[in-house]
Amino acid sequence: MVDAAVAYYRIGSLWVRASMAYPASFWMMAVGSFLMTGLDFVGIWILFGNVDDLGGFSLTEIGFLYGATGLGIAFADLFVGRVERLGQMIRFGRLDTMMTKPVPLLVQVCADEFALRRFARVFQATIVFTWAATYVDWTLPRALVAVEMVVSGSLIFFSLFISLACIQFWTADSSEAANAFTYGGNTVTQFPLTVFPSEIVKALTFVVPIAFVNWYPALFILGREDPFGLPSALQLASPVAAAVMLAVSALVWRTGVRHYRSTGS
Amino acid sequence: MLHTAVASRSFRRYSTYVGATLAGIFTNSVFGAIMCFVYIEVWAANPDAGGYDVTDAVTYVWLGQAMIMTVAVWGGGSPDDLAARIKSGDVVIDFYRPVGILGWYLAADLGRAAYHLLTRGLAPTLVGGLLFDLRYPADALTWLLFAIAVPLAVVVSFALRMLASLTAFWLLDDVGPRTLLGFAALFFSGLTVPLVLLPSLLRDVALALPWATFLQVPADIWLGKTTGLEVLGAYAFIVAWAVVLLGACALVLQRAERRVVVQGG
Repeated sequence: MVDAAVAYYRIGSLWVRASMAYPASFWMMAVGSFLMTGLDFVGIWILFGNVDDLGGFSLTEIGFLYGATGLGIAFADLFVGRVERLGQMIRFGRLDTMMTKPVPLLVQVCADEFALRRFARVFQATIVFTWAATYVDWTLPRALVAVEMVVSGSLIFFSLFISLACIQFWTADSSEAANAFTYGGNTVTQFPLTVFPSEIVKALTFVVPIAFVNWYPALFILGREDPFGLPSALQLASPVAAAVMLAVSALVWRTGVRHYRSTGS
Repeated sequence: MLHTAVASRSFRRYSTYVGATLAGIFTNSVFGAIMCFVYIEVWAANPDAGGYDVTDAVTYVWLGQAMIMTVAVWGGGSPDDLAARIKSGDVVIDFYRPVGILGWYLAADLGRAAYHLLTRGLAPTLVGGLLFDLRYPADALTWLLFAIAVPLAVVVSFALRMLASLTAFWLLDDVGPRTLLGFAALFFSGLTVPLVLLPSLLRDVALALPWATFLQVPADIWLGKTTGLEVLGAYAFIVAWAVVLLGACALVLQRAERRVVVQGG
């Protein structure tokens, strides 16, 4: 595990140095990514010019949800977002080269072309989260749950990125389908789940546990009853969901790698 | 005749990636459904926000999903190919051809748009129609008026993307301008939130900018908000932007051509 982290750090810093060779391009893309991801929140803010609350939640509460899920996907995207390119690596035969090297394959795939500019997304989510957090009535347990929420949220998105990218071991050109779950999961959790039908909320709890990224811990932190009457134990269950998701993604990754046969070129 | 051939080849080029198309349709549908639930909640709280009713709003969401790829809101299409050719120097061959660059690339982009309209445009709208109550054009004439507005919007979008790509003649890297253009398009097209929801001053500005032709103007024709002689006004608005922007492209190309010759081809 430590070896893998060291290897990741080494490959990552290599790419950071490479990208810094073109500083103007780096900063333009970082600023662009910051603005682009921030646009979602501008959209929500404009909606609030037309309504007082959305699904029974105020703008600051939604800002809290938005910031929390934003941090989760931003960290996951920063560290493993590159796994989306798996199909391309397979087509170009680069995955074969990686397999011959004495560094774990997943580390090589995720650290490949590590882009520090993705930090812009972390920065953007941090701003909204910090602003919204000033409206929260903080206590020690709530603060601990907040930390746990961001860590679990990142791990859940992390697992989603990896397990969905594995589809590309079978069909190399359908990487966009994964977006429906990763970025789609991010979009769903930007809003209070009371907006959606209860069947969808149950699916997001028990089938693909994206609701644990922010919804359940945020109910605890904001001191709210579960609007769907689900057990309050769920509000502290995010680490369990994250652990299950991690286990699933490890299994899927292993199956994918075992199934993989080179393009043969 | 030649341009028709270019357009149909471009259509066929995009149609080879079946897996990617299906994955994209799935993703568009998921995002469309998410936004529908949010807008249903918004319009339940404020039943005539922006002069739309809830059916208009839900329909607008699906029209937006249909236009993303058709109008290439985020960029892409043939101007991207040109940018790559400018970087590699292959653009010299384009200057040799006995046809204008602008017409050639416009034909290619219209071919692409036709393919995306029939797949990424039509399919998510059908899905949306199955899941939600949508409003369809009131009569055959409205269908026709909408069908004319879409290719005109593609021309405006093409000219904007072309201008961003042409900066590569001077900057050699068009990522910055392209990112900024994508950002402006994402917001001012009305894809983030319908332009009719914006606060009045910003709305008036947004409705006068070329990006309004991407989604808001065709959607208002579809929804029957723009009727009778107003439609002629809407057409005049789109055509005026198309002419101005294509003119700008032609001007820039002329200067670029001289620049290429000076560089020695």
